[in-house]
Amino acid sequence: MAMQASEIETMIRAALPDAEVTITDLAGDGDHYAAHVVSASFAGKTRVAQHKAVYEALGGRMGGELHALQLTTAVPN
Amino acid sequence: MAEVNDRIADIIKDDDVVLFMKGTPLFPQCGFSSRAVAILDHLGVAFSSVDVLQDMEIRQGIKSFSDWPTIPQLYVKGEFVGGSDIMMEMFEAGELHQLMAEKQVARAEQ
Repeated sequence: MAMQASEIETMIRAALPDAEVTITDLAGDGDHYAAHVVSASFAGKTRVAQHKAVYEALGGRMGGELHALQLTTAVPN
Repeated sequence: MAEVNDRIADIIKDDDVVLFMKGTPLFPQCGFSSRAVAILDHLGVAFSSVDVLQDMEIRQGIKSFSDWPTIPQLYVKGEFVGGSDIMMEMFEAGELHQLMAEKQVARAEQ
């Protein structure tokens, strides 16, 4: 039921190919992650739209098997 | 479905700041909800909360209403602001404080 960090990264990069994805396993239990996603495709989008783009990349897993994903997004400098 | 959307629309219209959360501000049942409450407390704004664990219809309904997959969810003056991660990002950037000031939301009673 838990997801691997590599699986999360692969799904995000499949939808946002330019994205720089950093995943941190917060609790060391393979169930509580933080993801930092940097992508040029976020430019001009609201934070809500940026987060939605990542949630969409995760194909409905967010809120289900991925309960605890702390997400931050940014546009490259 | 339409009925629950009406219920949610009424809830977010009734109060300036509404937090859909797991548990109550005093006893949050999830770390993300707890963080959301802490941010609102820190901002010192008055808010009402809806415990989705007590209402399965709203627990599911709010996700499609906002097109957002997780809880907590913050509404200010009827508009969806985001979940706890966005609240934290906005709080740290000073944007949440700014939003509450712009929307002229009521302060919490001390």
